[in-house]
Amino acid sequence: MKRSWLPGFITLCVILFLFAPLVVLVVNSFNASRFGGEWEGFTWMWYEKLWAAGEIWESLWITLKIAISASLASMFLGTLAAYALHRFRSGLQNVHHMLITLPLVMPDILMGMSLLALFVLTGVETGLFTIWIAHVTFCLSFVTMVVLGRLQDFDFTLLDAARDLGATQAQAVKKVLLPLLLPGVLAGGLLAFTLSIDDYVITFFVSGPGTTTLPLRVASMMKTSRSLPMINALSTLLIASTFLVAVCSHRLQRRA
Amino acid sequence: MSTASRTSRQWLLTLPSLTWLAVFFVIPAILVILTAFRPADLQGGVGPGWTLDTLHELNDPAYLPILWRTFSLSAATTLICLVLGLPVAFQMARAGQRLRQVLLLLVIIPFLSNFLIRIFAWKSLLHPEGPLTKLLIGLQLIPENTVLLHHSGTVLLVLVYTQLPFAILPLYAAAEKFDMGLLDAARDLGAGPWRAFAKVFVPGVRRGLISAAVMVFVCCLGQYVIPQMVGGASDEMLGSKIAQRVFSDRNLPHASALAGGLMLAVLVPMLIVVLWQQFGRKEES
Repeated sequence: MKRSWLPGFITLCVILFLFAPLVVLVVNSFNASRFGGEWEGFTWMWYEKLWAAGEIWESLWITLKIAISASLASMFLGTLAAYALHRFRSGLQNVHHMLITLPLVMPDILMGMSLLALFVLTGVETGLFTIWIAHVTFCLSFVTMVVLGRLQDFDFTLLDAARDLGATQAQAVKKVLLPLLLPGVLAGGLLAFTLSIDDYVITFFVSGPGTTTLPLRVASMMKTSRSLPMINALSTLLIASTFLVAVCSHRLQRRA
Repeated sequence: MSTASRTSRQWLLTLPSLTWLAVFFVIPAILVILTAFRPADLQGGVGPGWTLDTLHELNDPAYLPILWRTFSLSAATTLICLVLGLPVAFQMARAGQRLRQVLLLLVIIPFLSNFLIRIFAWKSLLHPEGPLTKLLIGLQLIPENTVLLHHSGTVLLVLVYTQLPFAILPLYAAAEKFDMGLLDAARDLGAGPWRAFAKVFVPGVRRGLISAAVMVFVCCLGQYVIPQMVGGASDEMLGSKIAQRVFSDRNLPHASALAGGLMLAVLVPMLIVVLWQQFGRKEES
């Protein structure tokens, strides 16, 4: 039967729509023209300026510190949560499942606002620590969902087999469950890492003095037209690293 | 294993994430609603005692156009995302294994790319000195000196752009499970391609449709960065007001009241979907 060409055509247009602005951004990062309206020759100038901008690298370092520690913490909490959700069926797990799902669909501004209210009312000074807490909170749900997807393919009789062959419970978990689960946990961790690096809205609400993460820095750079071409260069580097992370995470999740 | 040790093991595994979410998700949400009833102090915190003043101040007809704009922009974005996302999900699900993986990656990359960068990309694309404006003027499609930025249309465009991957991914998850043979069956029984798509495929992925719609709609309701960066002065959404109350006016109770209202507005449809999906989870297992 003849297949309609329309869905394929719409898909092509949507992909073009999704990528066109990003492509223009990347091309303009090598464009000598300030506003990128016309091509005025190839240049590395914006990358050199970016390299010399010390405050950006400082922000990158803060962002990485938060992203690494937040993804490690959410990997730990998320893996435990996913295991509990998968192994047990009870009223407790229904509540647990609901609490894990709700942050996924909570608008960023509300999560930022409510955490800010918590910190103001309890007198906690906003800074690195409060950003870390916020990031763990929104990454946790995503990690749990990724690991849960992985657990659904896991054959739990393997654990029983290990026990039958004389392994203790701890040994069976360490030698059988964890190695097989590791790709899922890593994929979840990578997702948490990208989400943490990208987050602007929630971070903005709970940041304090001296904790300008990269997205906060980009937002303040966007206000001055002088640094606009530098954002093109920075964006190109960020898009390239997102691409790498996406490919890695995709591979990890697919490898059965 | 004994029941007692199974129960204690369950609690041991559940407690870390449950405690974390209770302390940093549930309690803060309740605090926001409570803060709406506290007086503001000058340092941007809350004063002692309880008051209904904030609620009286919010009873101002000036908020109505903002509420309406927030609602209508979110609804329009949701509709456009579903209309565009549905054929994409359909195409992905019926493509071969290799093409499917490539398409999935192509949707995920913008999804994972920095949110600010994606807005910035549109901002520079639509800039008066930017490539799109020059191109359209060059082709004489728009008169000179047209400003593409700072319209409600720009806000809608960028909202659709940022939310589209959020719509495609759940739609694809549902379309992947859909048995495409049913479409052939419908065609064999005499249905045209449109009829088969509308009467067989669309109802078949309704779970994905509802997840996608709620996801996009709820995300849009809380937007403030997009109207702030590509919209004009008259394109404020509810989120813009919340951010303004927190950062410019430093009035936490006022911001809390607005956020609390928004929270109740999104929590109700969300809870319905979550409960519904949980019901589905039980059905499947």
